Amino acid sequence: MILIQILYLIASVLFIIGIKMMNKTKEARAGNLWSSVGMLIAIIATLMQINMVSITEILACIAIGSAIGLYYAYKVEMTQIPEMVSLFNGFGGLASVAVAISDFWLKTNVNMLSMGIIITISIILSVFIGAITFTGSMVAFLKLNGKITGNPITFKGQHLINLILLLVFIGASVFAGVNQLDTTTIIILTIISLLLGILTVLPIGGADMPVVISLLNSYSGMAACATGFILNNNVLIVAGSLVGASGIILTQIMCKAMNRSLINVLLGGFGQTVTKLEEDGPEIIVKEVGVEEAAMLFDGASSVIVVPGYGMAVAQAQHVIRELYELCEKRNIDFKFAIHPVAGRMPGHMNVLLAEANISYDKLIEMDQINDEFSNTDLVFVVGANDVVNPAAHTNPKSPIYGMPILNASKARTVIVSKRSMGKGYAGVENELFGYPNCLMLFGDAKQTIGKLVLALKEL
Amino acid sequence: MNTESLIILLYVLVLASYLGFELIAKVPPTLHTPLMSGSNAISGITIVGALLACNELGYTTLSKWLGMLALVLAVINVVGGYAVTDRMLKMFKRK
Repeated sequence: MILIQILYLIASVLFIIGIKMMNKTKEARAGNLWSSVGMLIAIIATLMQINMVSITEILACIAIGSAIGLYYAYKVEMTQIPEMVSLFNGFGGLASVAVAISDFWLKTNVNMLSMGIIITISIILSVFIGAITFTGSMVAFLKLNGKITGNPITFKGQHLINLILLLVFIGASVFAGVNQLDTTTIIILTIISLLLGILTVLPIGGADMPVVISLLNSYSGMAACATGFILNNNVLIVAGSLVGASGIILTQIMCKAMNRSLINVLLGGFGQTVTKLEEDGPEIIVKEVGVEEAAMLFDGASSVIVVPGYGMAVAQAQHVIRELYELCEKRNIDFKFAIHPVAGRMPGHMNVLLAEANISYDKLIEMDQINDEFSNTDLVFVVGANDVVNPAAHTNPKSPIYGMPILNASKARTVIVSKRSMGKGYAGVENELFGYPNCLMLFGDAKQTIGKLVLALKEL
Repeated sequence: MNTESLIILLYVLVLASYLGFELIAKVPPTLHTPLMSGSNAISGITIVGALLACNELGYTTLSKWLGMLALVLAVINVVGGYAVTDRMLKMFKRK
């Protein structure tokens, strides 16, 4: 029917417009709405092709899915967004696998048709990408919510096992392409893909999650594309490639911000081998600062830049930081936030947390725009960030983070670092900044110490 | 499927990917999290395939059951994804 095709076309255009409107912060919300209208139109166009006998169970499935989706969407804390995105992403991947196998079963075991090579390849790709997206996202989800350790999980022969699994997968696929895709083969292919998803994400550490989530996001788009080839449907291909492109771009941005190649991230185990190297270096002697003294430094400053990191999210300190921000605004202290691209557990994580705390988004400045300002800044306040302000990235060629773009926090007149203890950052290296003469350590839980800092500042 | 429709699908794939790269490269870093959860919702377009798979009559075939599983999962992805993205974007305010 031509009407259905036109509706699919409209849906595709709305997805494109929706993404386009994400380019401006002011229009982004409307863009998301347009995109969802596109989805609704695609659903309606599909329902027009459905036999009315099946409508009851379809509506039931839609009701169940909507209830679960809405419940989580409104219940989730902003600090948990990365794990929620992983979870939903995984569901999308599993849906692609289920659609592909469903189509396979219908064609071969119900209608007894033989499938052409194009459909066979599309089904295999959909199962492969979808299953990796599913288990990979589940492992990422468990790592992010702490059910399994965020540290890289590595064992001997890991990469060899992955390689063998991949070769078996390719062999079985070629076999299925030459002969006919049968039930046994598709089960083997599915199991291998599920295993590959688990095994490839396990060795990747928590702070590399921004890369992993971006990549899995891209996979879920590609899986939708593959499903589009099975169904000969353009709207799946348009929507899938938009998501695929989005994930790939974010992956590139994240890798660049860590000065590491995608291969290096995917091989995993980062931060485990560097400890020995560091032992030769001179010991870092730090200076501590108390809450009252820190408050006086804020009081005397005319410009402040806050550098937030994942530690801020863990301590849930964003709301007390907002109070600090308001106090400083009242005293006409210029107050900004410097956001490193990989701060947090997913791209843009810090921005969402600070927006939730009601901080105006024009105060959230990205790295390239703010890096020259640090040298004219009185006070930099580092909250729960570590590697992204480590000057070793510029000065120490032996450091594993050498060459990584960092925020030039050390250039400010004074730096205060809020940190729970002298633990090392993700990269497992000492932070040279902490030993700098202009750097003061404010030890303790970020939420509590900043809360006390706010009280002290009020009394000044 | 014949090769002709395959070629058309490939055209769409290449052009849409190119468009995607162009558009998304311009999204400001501030919005990267909503971009990701919003595009995640778009990837729920598999819902089209899931609906078609549910179209099978009767509950006797594996196809139907898998279709219904896919439908529930895709709906969670779509509805949850759009809702949480909207919730986030609502918070981005300028004073």
